[in-house]
Amino acid sequence: MKIDIDDLHVAYAGRTVVAGAHLIAAAGEITGLVGPNGSGKSTLLRTVYRHLRPVAGRVLLDGTDIRTMPARQSARHIAALPQERDSDFELTVREVVAMGRTPYKRGFAGEDATDRDIVARALRDVGMDGYAGRRFTALSGGERQRALLARAFTQQPDVLVLDEPTNHLDIRHQIELLALLRTQRRTTLVSLHDLNAAASVCDRLHVLHAGTVVASGPPREVLTPELMAEVFGVRAAVVGHPLTGDPLIAFDHRGP
Amino acid sequence: MTVADSTMKRADVAARPRGTLPAGPTAIVLGVALVAALTAAVAWGSTSISPGEVWSVVWRRLSGEPVRPGTDDLIVWQLRAPRAVLAALVGAGLGLVGTAVQALVRNPLADPYLLGVSSGASLGAVAAIVLGLGAGGALGLGLSGAAFVGALATFALVWAVARRGGGFAPLRLVLAGVAIGQFLSGFTSYLVLQAGDEQQTQSVLFWLMGSLGGANWDLLAVPAVTVVATGLWLQVRARGLNALLMGDETAAGVGIDVTRLRRELFTVTSVLTGVLVAVSGAIAFVALMVPHVCRLVLGGDHRRLLPISALFGALLLVVVDIVCRTAMDTQELPISVVTSLIGAPTLLYLLDRRLGSGS
Repeated sequence: MKIDIDDLHVAYAGRTVVAGAHLIAAAGEITGLVGPNGSGKSTLLRTVYRHLRPVAGRVLLDGTDIRTMPARQSARHIAALPQERDSDFELTVREVVAMGRTPYKRGFAGEDATDRDIVARALRDVGMDGYAGRRFTALSGGERQRALLARAFTQQPDVLVLDEPTNHLDIRHQIELLALLRTQRRTTLVSLHDLNAAASVCDRLHVLHAGTVVASGPPREVLTPELMAEVFGVRAAVVGHPLTGDPLIAFDHRGP
Repeated sequence: MTVADSTMKRADVAARPRGTLPAGPTAIVLGVALVAALTAAVAWGSTSISPGEVWSVVWRRLSGEPVRPGTDDLIVWQLRAPRAVLAALVGAGLGLVGTAVQALVRNPLADPYLLGVSSGASLGAVAAIVLGLGAGGALGLGLSGAAFVGALATFALVWAVARRGGGFAPLRLVLAGVAIGQFLSGFTSYLVLQAGDEQQTQSVLFWLMGSLGGANWDLLAVPAVTVVATGLWLQVRARGLNALLMGDETAAGVGIDVTRLRRELFTVTSVLTGVLVAVSGAIAFVALMVPHVCRLVLGGDHRRLLPISALFGALLLVVVDIVCRTAMDTQELPISVVTSLIGAPTLLYLLDRRLGSGS
């Protein structure tokens, strides 16, 4: 399934943060969202997983406005990994992961064998088989992210929406998490701070600046020295990665 | 994805068996203990009655066999049984409301008493009495209604104060609640004393510290219906409460209409608090402690947590009321005297753990 964001306007805390954004996340591709702080990445993603309501414009799931669907219905297709990664409650990893079954359950319905299978498989997919009984808050950052990804998998979504999933992870865990996303081959919409990571794992990139999409396309075409200067305000050269051949952005850390 | 050795070690240290007790057997054990506690509550007192005699009186009353008039029937059926049942109902209600409020404000330190909501309910009820609405007609519905309005208004105020400036620290919410609650309690005391009824000291104690002394069968209908109805309502929304523990965005992401659920929870917990306060006054700490103890043995899943909290709350309050009735020869203790002695250290322990862990 694909996500089509059509002239989206979103206000947050009384301020218009997304102002007429257009973008498409194509089926089975990893679509990256990059941009400076405050450019509207998180706000846009929050609208896709229905935490925020657009002021105008639409988020279309295979052509259907998600706001016309019941929340449970769209949550069966779109699963999110928000930036909320903590809880003051002592939940077990299994309890956190099983939350992903919420949109499939009603009222007094308990967990059946299918649900248990799906939870077990999700834990296996992220390499956390033995972690079910552990306390979520006692996990390391990388483990937490994987547990939350497992929760998203238990929603059996067609579309994954991830807001800065590699934040606060060490480099190895960043690479592992992004590799895991690549193996999933689901429609994925992900915001990333690290432009080099985005250049390597994303099929297409959309650059957000002041609430609008200012550039879209394959990373090689989008990530140019001119764009670095204009959108991010930094000097950089774009070269070929010596190991992979992917675009590698070499920043001038000494400033302009 | 492989798991590095270092990660394994860290996880092993963090591993701790918890939340492993099965809900079914736990419920049975608590149920049996509750029946035993109810029996003891009716049997013990200034005049002791044997458990066999207690159940024989209850059996005759329930089965429609001719009642043997006498002191045993009077003490068991008219005096002690309604009070014991009220203790169980109020305890169950406090267990439920504590569990729900903690999920609602996403703060394990919250309960209606600490957040000042109980004080708001007391003030609402006292204001209704002073303004001459009295017990508000049949079944004390008017009193419950006034207490509900007080609870809801206070909850909204505390929430608004705690959220000011965008940030939302858990301790800020509790401090706002305590401050507003104390203010309202002061006002309640003033109203009661100013009204100048003959038992004003007793009234102040009732509204601020709780008592089950006013129990009779007619009084039980409203709390019974409310506790059962809100308990079922919450049980249906248990998965939504689970998701709220991780935050609003998570809940929205798994298909919960967060705005609506939160609005409904504000109303339902205020109704429950209002009804409980109207029949028993403001009871400290029970709604805070019960969900914590239950989470410790059962884990955080509300589908199990809600019914077990209700049962454990009922058991706890029946036992506490026995202590309140029998600890002193000359007079009864207010409920909060006993619950504070257990609850305040519990709160300190929770605060210490929270601040100590830096989270």
